[in-house]
Amino acid sequence: MKIEGKRRIWKDYQKEIAEDRYFYVRSCVRQNFFPGSERTFLRIMKDELNKDVFENAAHTTCSGIGYHSDIVPFETVMTMVARQFALMTESGYENFTTSCITSFGLYTEILETWQHFPDVELRVREHLKKATGREFIVPKNLSHASDVIFKFRKEIANKAKFKLINKHTGKPIQVVEHIGCHYSRMFPSKGVGGAEYPYVLVGMIEDWGGEVIDYPERRHCCGFGFRQYLVQANRGYSLSCSKKKFDSMAPYKPDCILTNCPGCPMFLDRWQYALSEMEGITYGENGQGIPVLTYEELAGMMLGYNPWDLGLQVHQVPVEPLLDKIGIPYNPEQKFLTLDGMSIGKPETPTFLKFY
Amino acid sequence: MGKLCDKLSEDVRFIEGLKACLNCGTCTAICPAAEFYNYQPRQIVDILQTRDDEQIVSLLKSDTIWYCGECMSCVTRCPRGNAPGLLITVLRSASQELGYFVESEKGRQQLALKRTVGEWILKYGYCLYPSEIIPENHPEQGPVWEWEFEHMDDVMHRLGANYKKTGPGILRKIPEEDLEEVRKIFEETGGMKRFQEIEEYSRIKAEEMGINLTEGMDNDYIRHIYSYNSNRHSKES
Repeated sequence: MKIEGKRRIWKDYQKEIAEDRYFYVRSCVRQNFFPGSERTFLRIMKDELNKDVFENAAHTTCSGIGYHSDIVPFETVMTMVARQFALMTESGYENFTTSCITSFGLYTEILETWQHFPDVELRVREHLKKATGREFIVPKNLSHASDVIFKFRKEIANKAKFKLINKHTGKPIQVVEHIGCHYSRMFPSKGVGGAEYPYVLVGMIEDWGGEVIDYPERRHCCGFGFRQYLVQANRGYSLSCSKKKFDSMAPYKPDCILTNCPGCPMFLDRWQYALSEMEGITYGENGQGIPVLTYEELAGMMLGYNPWDLGLQVHQVPVEPLLDKIGIPYNPEQKFLTLDGMSIGKPETPTFLKFY
Repeated sequence: MGKLCDKLSEDVRFIEGLKACLNCGTCTAICPAAEFYNYQPRQIVDILQTRDDEQIVSLLKSDTIWYCGECMSCVTRCPRGNAPGLLITVLRSASQELGYFVESEKGRQQLALKRTVGEWILKYGYCLYPSEIIPENHPEQGPVWEWEFEHMDDVMHRLGANYKKTGPGILRKIPEEDLEEVRKIFEETGGMKRFQEIEEYSRIKAEEMGINLTEGMDNDYIRHIYSYNSNRHSKES
């Protein structure tokens, strides 16, 4: 294929990502399990890239996990989303950026629904006005926070103190990328690279020096499945999906897994622990697991941030083997200390999974 | 065409999700739920396409509609623009509205979801909240979460959260006036009505089953629906 042809096809899967002035909304899952990632996103945006990112303290959950657990009606979730848009409008912003993939998928779905059914949008406006007195303008630009980091990946590479290179072999770090299902499965044109070949994480990995692993179950869901994890009786579904992915990627010997959805890194991290306890399986070398990272954590690592400021200590699968390969320094004595340097003990060591 | 099908057709998600299925089975081939459960999204669409109320009622009372994980993998691949995952959301809404969800083991679990995620939304303004993710209900979370859970204030402080405090930031305390707006939205748009229906139909079912159901999570019915698995859901069973 001629290069112009390739470019023309690729153009179909580009999306517009705002340059500056973002209204930022947080993720329920991210805040609970990887709070350091949201802090790192804001640190990079403000301190490294000098961007205007605003958070309105009045914003709440979009109720998306409730919607996809089917306890929250569509009419309700649309009005909850409309309230977030109203807070953006009142704050004087037009570019909406969300930390959560479930939210991003929902915002996209709702905006599409309103385009196809303008009467639904009018009804939601009435609901919002009646319930809260608020009004809104739809965002000029909607992006996921990973889109924004993707947009500035080259600037981050220019400022980076480390590269995704194995310092012992001189070869690129081998990365499995995992895209959250609701990023682009329903509306491929709304994600960088579409649904089949999403480029949002690949672009970061390649520009930061690493190599992407292609493997058979690359596009399989991590297994969250909302009610399939949230209800204890259904968790076999969730575990089985993750195991299918681990079994498929393990022969390619990945150095780490990179994710853009708040839920996926939690499941891919925790299910490795559960599988090690249940069946004695470990997927890394010498009883180690495969470290699972958020894109904010990886960007922070490249920029030389302290791993314990990034929150790598709250991963169940230790990230130290990857830090050692890249040559990122860390102080193991400080891993589980408080901000004031006080000891609060440390987690128990798992039976099989190597722990530091 | 039946009356129930007419009602489903009013939902914009039904209009968007059901075009004309050619029964190719691509959705089933790609579906993570179809691999784990005795489940075929193709059959769901096929039944809806018949527009036969009797078959649709059976579906609403069955475990089948609760097997989907709503990952929407089927939407990407359907060559005819159908969205089986979206149709599932319509069927689950109808099953709860009509009280049919309590007729299946998986459907009955909706009360556990309402009493966790649903009530956390109204109480905290978050779908999940760390003090509610109790390690004994989540052994898969492992010893790191147990350690975090025990030292949550210190760990959140270390990682830059604004946990339980006012102002912006991670896991901040959502102001009461904003929580009140959330509750009013739920009142206005049918969210509260959905919660009440889940409660009421579950109360009747618990009585019928002779299992104690009181408020909160500490009762036999909730424990039962949260953890019971008849193991009759996979292809092999």
